[in-house]
Amino acid sequence: MRFGLTEDQKLFDHSLRGFLSARLPLDVLRRLAEPGNGFDADLWKGLGELGLHAMLVPEEYGGAGLSLLDAALVAEALGFHAAPTPFAASLVMAVRAFQAAADDVQRRIWIPRIAAGETRIGVGLGGLSGQTGRAALRLQGGRLSGAVDGLLDGGGATHFLVYLADGRAALLDADATGITATLRRSVDRTRPLVDLDLAETPAVEVLEASNAPLQVAARVRDAGRVMLAADMLGAAQAMLDRAVAYAKERVQFGRVIGSFQGVKYMCADMAAMFEPCRAMVWYSAYAQDAILEEAAIAANHAKAHLAEVTREVARLATEVHGGMGFTDLLGLHFQFKRITFDRQVLGTSERCRHDAAVAQGWIGT
Amino acid sequence: MDLTLTEKHRTLRDEVDAFIARHRDRAPRSGGGRKRPDRKVLEWQALLLEAGYFGRNIPREYGGFGAPHDLIEVAIIADAFGRSGVSPGIHNQGISMLVPTLLEVGTEEQKRRWIGPTIRGEVIWCQGYSEPGSGSDLAAAHTRAAVQDGEFVINGQKIWTSSAHYADMMFLLCRTEPDKPKHAGLSYLLVLMNTPGIEVRPLRTMTGRAEFNETFFTDVRVPVDQIVMGRGDGWRVANITLKYERLLLGDANKLQHRLEAIRRMMQEPRSDGSRLLDCAEWRDRLLRLQGEVMAARYHNLRLLTDQAEGVDSGLGRLIVKYHGTMLAHRLTSLAVDVLGSAGLAYEPQGEAAEDDPATTWHIDYMYDIGLIIGGGSSNIQKNIIGERGLGLPREPKAGEA
Repeated sequence: MRFGLTEDQKLFDHSLRGFLSARLPLDVLRRLAEPGNGFDADLWKGLGELGLHAMLVPEEYGGAGLSLLDAALVAEALGFHAAPTPFAASLVMAVRAFQAAADDVQRRIWIPRIAAGETRIGVGLGGLSGQTGRAALRLQGGRLSGAVDGLLDGGGATHFLVYLADGRAALLDADATGITATLRRSVDRTRPLVDLDLAETPAVEVLEASNAPLQVAARVRDAGRVMLAADMLGAAQAMLDRAVAYAKERVQFGRVIGSFQGVKYMCADMAAMFEPCRAMVWYSAYAQDAILEEAAIAANHAKAHLAEVTREVARLATEVHGGMGFTDLLGLHFQFKRITFDRQVLGTSERCRHDAAVAQGWIGT
Repeated sequence: MDLTLTEKHRTLRDEVDAFIARHRDRAPRSGGGRKRPDRKVLEWQALLLEAGYFGRNIPREYGGFGAPHDLIEVAIIADAFGRSGVSPGIHNQGISMLVPTLLEVGTEEQKRRWIGPTIRGEVIWCQGYSEPGSGSDLAAAHTRAAVQDGEFVINGQKIWTSSAHYADMMFLLCRTEPDKPKHAGLSYLLVLMNTPGIEVRPLRTMTGRAEFNETFFTDVRVPVDQIVMGRGDGWRVANITLKYERLLLGDANKLQHRLEAIRRMMQEPRSDGSRLLDCAEWRDRLLRLQGEVMAARYHNLRLLTDQAEGVDSGLGRLIVKYHGTMLAHRLTSLAVDVLGSAGLAYEPQGEAAEDDPATTWHIDYMYDIGLIIGGGSSNIQKNIIGERGLGLPREPKAGEA
């Protein structure tokens, strides 16, 4: 038993973070975030060169066959830098969906395209995610009608994967007939939400997941929830680091403010509540691959707990910066909004805890 | 990350589970620990020591099981007892704090003399640290031990000496070098509680019980070899002990144990037949705490791996006492709310009080605040987290600013 990262994971994390800090200084982040579509072709290409597009793809389809823990480290780094790029849905949930629910032919066609970075899939779980908004779809004769709101990674998407209430999923071409995709800039300008209106839109593929489709969909959702927890972990770590650094340099009353207990205790409180979160994210990611009987409980609690803790950290870190923290100038708000976004999508904390109660048999569904 | 168990560890886990299933009827009630171990507790302790489920890594010559160090084994054993709700053995200050301190810095003679009887539960220790004038500022201790005719002669007063009224021994922090700077003038002595000149007066706390004492020293004579490390090394030894105390106070297995007990209460049908676990508001309170306890447990696994690999967890370790004791109090807060008005009947006196679940929860609900304050209060912990963990500057001392 060993609870920690491997040397390979540390090296990969180090090079990814090096890339992101070189690529996303604040002025660049501002520029990329302004359109609010959560996609930049250059950044996407660069991340692909680091191996992100194919990281979860099994080796037989030309990928690296890495684990969800590796993906969680990526999500954490992306959250830390508030990177405006698709990841959780298009490179994790979509890959997992195809692996678990697609037939052999579908997998052979689509997984290599995802791995090559040419197919980017926005994902909408609708009612299965616990998200608010419209979620009513009908599939008839291979054509999809209705509406579903709040797709993730919808900016720059070439395709959309939308879930029906019974757990089956349909893949749609973003340019298909009868599709209206409305991109809404969100409070988090680094990631948008896409609302779909569909009128007899032909499905490119239907993922039947004949064996318990609702359970398969729940596993895809849980993988997404772990990614969001990791994203919050990274975003909150960035805010905490910056608050501590600011407390060491800002002088008032002739002293650096970090020497005042009032400020020091805000930092200590952040650290105390936040520090155990890292182990929780690691465990919940690892459980998705290796401890299946705990996977759902761990994923749901990780998403819910990270949302609670990082909301506090985000507030306190902003407060430590005083008036400057409230300005646009420091750009702290990018991570604040990242946390805000992650909390609301794929189910709020209350919904995730409810799902955790169901997963351990405390209550019925 | 690899949480799978090796063949050896799986076998151990199965053995411990089988041991618990076979012997659980002989186990005393879990918890307690605020009274002298009775016969049932001592017999259970002997059984655990013999099986190697207690004092597993303590060398045989000191009364332990003598297995080679393997933190995973220790964690597996703790987990098995935690899951089953069966007592994992005695946890008191001697076992959790003094024994590891002696193993780290004691002399051969001290280890041979004290560790065995302590882990068997025969010798009970109390901690002589705080004084009325030095609580958070522990290093300011005034209790004086002067050397006369080959003995230390101790005069002064200690406070918050839990279990002093039934303890056999005290590990005492006192001033032997009054001319040296504050931290360099302390020594760590081992004192027999029946030495003439020691007076223990019970200190009744908010629980209505006397869990603590004031201990007075008047010309108490202690042989000079009853010192751990040398004269002037007391602060260093005391901090070794405090390190173990703080990890003990934030123990994640204890949190898990409590969470499970509360869940069971919430699953019990109440007088109208309903269960609190079916009520969304109550369930969400429990779920929130479950998430926090899970984070604490996984964090503990991370620290365990660091420890096994000889890595200092730094900040990760420094938060444990503050985080764990605050979470523990939130758990007891939920427990007393679950009990509600029917749980308010409270007769805390006498040892039988610990056999009444409602009274025990209310004692813990209050006692937890004592744990938040003791062992370095939360504010002291926050200073440590801020300064040693995050590198924030110290508060300027009066007169410096």
